[in-house]
Amino acid sequence: MSTIWQSLELLITRGLPMTLLLTLGLLGTGLLLGFPLAFLQVYGYRPVRWLCRGYEQLFRGVPALVLILIFHSGLSRTFDILLPAFASALLALGLRSSAYQSQIFRGAIQSVGEGQMLAARSVGMSKTQAIRHIILPQAFRLSIPPWTNEFSSVLKDTSLASAIGVLELMKQTTLIFTRIQFIHGAQWILVILMLAALIYWALTYLGNVGLSFLESRMRIPGFETKGQVER
Amino acid sequence: MDTRQHHNLGDVVLRVEGVHKTYGDNHVLRGVSLQMRRGETKVVIGPSGTGKSTLLRCINQLTVPDQGRVWLGDCEITSRKEDINCARAQIGFVFQSFNLFTHLTALHNVRIAPMKVSRMTKAEATKLAMTELERVGLADKAEAYPAELSGGQQQRVSIARALAMSPKLILFDEPTSALDPELIGEVLEVMVSLAKEGMTMLVVSHEMGFARAVADEIIFMEGGGILEQGPPEQLFRNPEHARTGEFLNKITELYGE
Repeated sequence: MSTIWQSLELLITRGLPMTLLLTLGLLGTGLLLGFPLAFLQVYGYRPVRWLCRGYEQLFRGVPALVLILIFHSGLSRTFDILLPAFASALLALGLRSSAYQSQIFRGAIQSVGEGQMLAARSVGMSKTQAIRHIILPQAFRLSIPPWTNEFSSVLKDTSLASAIGVLELMKQTTLIFTRIQFIHGAQWILVILMLAALIYWALTYLGNVGLSFLESRMRIPGFETKGQVER
Repeated sequence: MDTRQHHNLGDVVLRVEGVHKTYGDNHVLRGVSLQMRRGETKVVIGPSGTGKSTLLRCINQLTVPDQGRVWLGDCEITSRKEDINCARAQIGFVFQSFNLFTHLTALHNVRIAPMKVSRMTKAEATKLAMTELERVGLADKAEAYPAELSGGQQQRVSIARALAMSPKLILFDEPTSALDPELIGEVLEVMVSLAKEGMTMLVVSHEMGFARAVADEIIFMEGGGILEQGPPEQLFRNPEHARTGEFLNKITELYGE
């Protein structure tokens, strides 16, 4: 029993912080790039739209692990650009998340009715004012439910960073079970993996609880995403 | 009682000259010209697809006309040099589908343009918005979101939103045609009182009761142009074109007096 507690403690103190940092970093990078990308895709001039679309297709079309290896081993071996493992993972997965998030926001922007833009312009707002005061606040509310999906998948994608040696939860897990199986036997591999699974599950759960709290705090009549049918 | 003659002395608020608009092969507007003096109310009628809504949108440049000019007072707003946002701020627009800002309460819907476009302080804009909501009889709904209001109430808020910018004229694009019959009256009532207060209004509508009560002129459009225009009584009793009389009879039958 004490082996389990010790392992859990090790996972939480030496793996979890990096997983959390990476998750926040990825969501932040994705948000920072994804929001402008979405607006440019909807409101930008044609060449800009094409460029954003190309970016989005590229990063959504390549597996996460391939991207991580390109940014780490690929760049360092070919161009002598040696990025620290953490930076490579952040860049690869962050750019990828921005591509996915841009699609979430694009969908949200486009589901704000065109009458909203017309009305905003008709009272004398500039296009920028209309986007900022009318379109954005509505698009933001509409994007929370699909964004929870992106949160869940980004959180778990951080485990791929273990492939290039970032010491996060998954890397710590493999370190523990490779050692522990020689001391206590191979059946411990499953136990340690289950512990890691439990931590990932708990994080996802807590994150989603937080996001649905945000969603309910921001709820406004007319923005219900659930149909209310009593029976 | 009838103050309509008196209105005709006002200055020209709006002048539209030879406006054309084409969508693909569809020549929607074929050289429309009209003029509005301060305090006048004109009602535009005509079969569907004849360019009535396009005409309104070409006036405040939500749709850019292919040809022709539009003046607001002395300013040519079709000119590239003119700041279109500034011109639009002086032209109210009331949509068929209301288009209230969904995420804002009635009060915030009315005060956002005075705050963001006219740069009023929040306190000033709030006071103004309350006054305009009172004017349309909805002060008690200030905190309600659009989804909590009936269609008629939403349209009245949208009229208050237009009024809050102290517009030189208001364009109404079929303001009652998306409403249930029992809600039309409350919107028309507000519009009648505006007309009587001397607001300049160009209204696309087939509500002939409204037109007969307050319109200085009815404009009959067909095939992308103005076929005939004149005071309501003249058009009803003695239309120049048989087609005008025919159409008036038809809509009077459909919509009642």
